[in-house]
Amino acid sequence: MLEAVLFFFIVVAGTGGELCVSRAMKSVGEIHDFRPRALLRFLIQSARLPWMWLGIALMTLGFFSLLTLLSFQEVSFVVPVSALSYAAGAFGAKAFLGERISAHRWLGIAIVCLGVTIVWWSRK
Amino acid sequence: MTHTRRLHLKTLPLILVSIVLGPLGNVFLGKAMKGSAIAHFSSLSDLLAIALRVLASGYLWLGIACLLGFFIVHMLLLTWADYSYVQPAGSLSYLSISVLSYLLLGEVVSPLRWLGVIVICVGVFVVGRTAPSTTPAATGVL
Repeated sequence: MLEAVLFFFIVVAGTGGELCVSRAMKSVGEIHDFRPRALLRFLIQSARLPWMWLGIALMTLGFFSLLTLLSFQEVSFVVPVSALSYAAGAFGAKAFLGERISAHRWLGIAIVCLGVTIVWWSRK
Repeated sequence: MTHTRRLHLKTLPLILVSIVLGPLGNVFLGKAMKGSAIAHFSSLSDLLAIALRVLASGYLWLGIACLLGFFIVHMLLLTWADYSYVQPAGSLSYLSISVLSYLLLGEVVSPLRWLGVIVICVGVFVVGRTAPSTTPAATGVL
C-alpha cells in the first residue's frame, strides 16, 4: 500500500509540478535574450508566479517520495515504473495546458504503460 | 565540415553523458537510501535521526550532483538540438539504469524486467517521434 502511495506521489505530484512550472513558463513567454540581466529579469518574473511555487512544492514532494521508495525498493524497479509519468503528463497536458495529443503519441504512451506493467510483474 | 555533422559531433557525446549521468544520480540516491528505514519510522525524533543520517551520506550529495549535472547537460542539449531528437535518445537511460543497478548495486535484473525496460524504451522512442509542440507559443517575449 505504502509503495502504491509513494508511486502515486512520484508520478502525479512530480508530473503535476512539471505541468505547473510549464504553465508558469508559458505565461512568461519565450526567452530570446540570454544576457545575465535579461535572465535575472526572467527569474524574478517567474518567481512572482504562484504556479511556479506550486510546481516547485509538488516536485519536492515527488522527489522525497522517490527517496523514501528507494529506501526499500530496487532502483531498477522504481525508475522504470516511474515512466508512468509519460501517461500522467499526457493526460495533464491535455486537461491543464490544452495540448493536443496525437494518436501516434497515445500509441507511444500505451507502449510505455505496457512496459511498466511488465516491470511491475517482475516485482520481488 | 557541414553544420549537421558539427552538430552531431557536439550533441552525441553529451547525449551519452546524459544517458549515464541521470541514471547514475538515481543509483547513488538508491545507495544512500538503501536500508535507511525512513519509511518505517516510529516517532518524529526517529524520523529526524534517520533524515540526519541520510543527509550525512556522501552518496546522497553525489546523487544530487549527478542529477544537477544531468539537468544542465539536458538544458544545453535542448539549446543545440530539437526536443524531438533529444527525448528519444534519452529513452536509453532506462536501459542504462538497469545496467548500472546491476553493476553498482548488485541488483539482479530478471529477464522479465529487461523485457519491460525494452518495451518502455520503445514507447518513449515512439512518443519522441511525435511533434514536440502542439500549441501556439506564448505572446509574451523576453
